[in-house]
Amino acid sequence: MLGSSILGQGRYREWLLQGLLTTLELSACAALLALALGLALFLLRAAPNRLPRLAATAVVEFIRNTPLLVQIFFWYFGASEFLPEAVSRWLSDHGFEFIAATLALSVYTAAFVAEDLRSGLRAIPREQMEAARACGLSFLQSMRRVVLPQAAAHALPALVSQALNLTKNSSMAMTIGVAELTYQTRQIESYSFRSFEAFGAATLLYLAISLAIGALGNRLERRSWARPSHA
Amino acid sequence: MLDILRADWLYLLVGQYPEGPLGGLALTLLLAALSLALALPLGIALAVGRIAPVRPLRLAVGGLIWVVRGTPLILVIFWAYFLVPLLLKRPVPVVVTATGAFVVFTGAYLAEIIRAGVQALPPGQWEAAQSLGLTRAQVLRRVVLPQALRNMVPSLVNQFVTLTKDTSLAFIVGLGELSYVASKINDRTLVHPAEIFLLVGATYFVICFALTQFARHLEHRLQWGQRQG
Repeated sequence: MLGSSILGQGRYREWLLQGLLTTLELSACAALLALALGLALFLLRAAPNRLPRLAATAVVEFIRNTPLLVQIFFWYFGASEFLPEAVSRWLSDHGFEFIAATLALSVYTAAFVAEDLRSGLRAIPREQMEAARACGLSFLQSMRRVVLPQAAAHALPALVSQALNLTKNSSMAMTIGVAELTYQTRQIESYSFRSFEAFGAATLLYLAISLAIGALGNRLERRSWARPSHA
Repeated sequence: MLDILRADWLYLLVGQYPEGPLGGLALTLLLAALSLALALPLGIALAVGRIAPVRPLRLAVGGLIWVVRGTPLILVIFWAYFLVPLLLKRPVPVVVTATGAFVVFTGAYLAEIIRAGVQALPPGQWEAAQSLGLTRAQVLRRVVLPQALRNMVPSLVNQFVTLTKDTSLAFIVGLGELSYVASKINDRTLVHPAEIFLLVGATYFVICFALTQFARHLEHRLQWGQRQG
């Protein structure tokens, strides 16, 4: 299809590929960071003490009930208020939009990851944690060695669908000028006036990414460690 | 933060209304409510098509739902921006295009929720109704859908929350809802961006969190009601 269209050659093809690459980069960076942050939030929410539990719950609820767009603006426009001016200036010369978008996307996704891990945890009998603690493991050790591997296996399908959401949400980075797929599509459209082709190509590329992530998820779910045990 | 509130509270609430078009929080909530109201019939139609006894229809509707759900909302808004005036053969105000995009996008998600709700009902409902001589369409309309939709009320409230957050994307076509107003205030003042977006975020949070809790409450009541028979 792309062969006969204006998107098949020259700068338009260049723009489209660059956009696709940026979307993949942005999504991959944000996914890794979201997994780490989400894990931290999950551990705080499962912690034996009340204070970290309450704080983490408040953070998760606030993030989940606020539009991602507003969060992107908060990080992008708001960061300059907290950083020293020299740092801000250096950052804005070195692609701060990408950093801000990665930060916003990963914080947003982390709240959902924490929630999914928590649902996974509910599938694990409470006695597992109690038994591990009774054997002398600390809270973190019991989590890492006993409970978390099982909870993560239960949460895997939900986590895969968060990866899908993340890739789609990364399109919002265009609003602060990250040249990802939707941004480049818009660019191609306004230069070439071929709206149908431009949006069609972007839609197909997003669907292809979804298919790829879905296939990857299926492969992961078939691994032995990812099969939830129902014992 | 109080300065912002003192200077711009009315702008944040209703936009330029009554001198100009309605905007701000009022437009956000109106957009979400209107889109949900229009998306519900579309969702029901798509769900019925998705489980229809006609295979080509089932496949076509399933494909459409899959494509919409796999596309970012911003791209759906761009599609609507380009397609709606083309289909109606005349220029259309952005509020119409944006609503169109939200309706189609939400309709596809609702369709999957409704389908799941219909398929979760015990098959005995179908069998009993059909053995009483009702046609398939009658069973759907009189027996299955009313029960499925009743069970769906919490999901609908959650969908309204999602829509309230999603309407912020109407920003990109220049529709003056809450996020757009916030960014305008930010462009104008440029002194306290963090406070502005925190304030607007908190506004969304109050509404969405309250509704999410309400949905949870409904869900508990529904489960309780079902346990009682």
